[in-house]
Amino acid sequence: MAVTEQPRKGKAEASHTFRAMLVELPIYGALVVAYFFLVLHFLGDWLGHLHANHTTLYSLISIGLIIGQAVALEWVTTLLLRIFRGRSE
Amino acid sequence: MYFPISGADISPIYLVVVGFLIGVMGGFFGVGGSFIAGPALRAAGLDWNFAVGTDLAHIVGKSVVAAKRHRALGNVDLRLGLIMAFGTIGGAEVGAQLIEALKQAGNVNLVVSIVSIVIYVSISSFMVWESWKTLRLQKLKAAGMENPGRRSSREDESSFQHVTTSIQKLQLAPMVALPASGVKSISIWIIVLVSFIGGLFSGFLGGGAGYIRMPMLVYVLGIPTHLAVGTDLFEIIISASYGTFSHAMKGNVDILIALVMNTGAAIGAQIGAISTQYFAGPKIRLAFVPLPLVGAAIVVYTMMTGHKL
Repeated sequence: MAVTEQPRKGKAEASHTFRAMLVELPIYGALVVAYFFLVLHFLGDWLGHLHANHTTLYSLISIGLIIGQAVALEWVTTLLLRIFRGRSE
Repeated sequence: MYFPISGADISPIYLVVVGFLIGVMGGFFGVGGSFIAGPALRAAGLDWNFAVGTDLAHIVGKSVVAAKRHRALGNVDLRLGLIMAFGTIGGAEVGAQLIEALKQAGNVNLVVSIVSIVIYVSISSFMVWESWKTLRLQKLKAAGMENPGRRSSREDESSFQHVTTSIQKLQLAPMVALPASGVKSISIWIIVLVSFIGGLFSGFLGGGAGYIRMPMLVYVLGIPTHLAVGTDLFEIIISASYGTFSHAMKGNVDILIALVMNTGAAIGAQIGAISTQYFAGPKIRLAFVPLPLVGAAIVVYTMMTGHKL
């Protein structure tokens, strides 16, 4: 699809953002791997216990965890993007 | 990686990649992407009940990331999203009850499937016609002007605008203004009806039914495409949270799988949301066309094989 108005400026901005995202990906990947092993590993058994024995608490914690993680990830990705966009300018 | 809640053994890389792809699509089109996530989880060996519930939990996380990004870009109408959440939850509940009633009534699955296919194909055909016509009009206009200027996300063109304007003029009290979307006045009942229909399809066919709601936001309510995408995502946070809680209470959510998928979806949703800034509304609508067709293909597959994806 073609880029619309102010094509040159738009294209330059887009390529700038996507280049910054490419730099961000390996760092983000390393953070995610660390997260898998540290956080999810320790949470697994506890959540399994809640799922089996305390359904209401498990449901509430599930919602809290997914929203909390999403907010944190959004914050991390925005911060990384800002750092790498700033550096490449 | 072993997930103790569902007892499934799934590669986290697979989950992250699936989450990423759905994130890009969700951020760009404002849909939940359950028609891809559900089958992808099933293909990885997750039981059907866990696939549905876990997919909903993952949709919540992905929508939070994408909606936050869209909000930063000025693409979320909070008032509209909150009103719609009520209609969607109500519609989803009625849809789920209706499906139960229809199951008992006999071979209504065939009727529901055929109606769904007709609606999906109609949405796609209509959107191709409308966005193509609008793009042609824009080209003609641009040819007549030396510098057409940059449009904001609140200024969107549609060849269907005359119908949308008539709908906005319907005086069914109470009326509400949506300044964030540039709508001066619209009946609250029309907003609730639109979200109720979206919820109804969600209850009928599963998933978030964003492929129906997003076009209705644009063509029925007259919301500019960029705002329709962002607002739909915001609304999905509320309705999918409700669905996740409901499924979790039935033991159908493996939150660990959803959390892993969400790590990929977070970055994908950012890419999708940022990408919308580089495309005009009619082009986003044109690119949206295959999504309802995928929905139709899933229904055809279900009808032919008897397996629900």
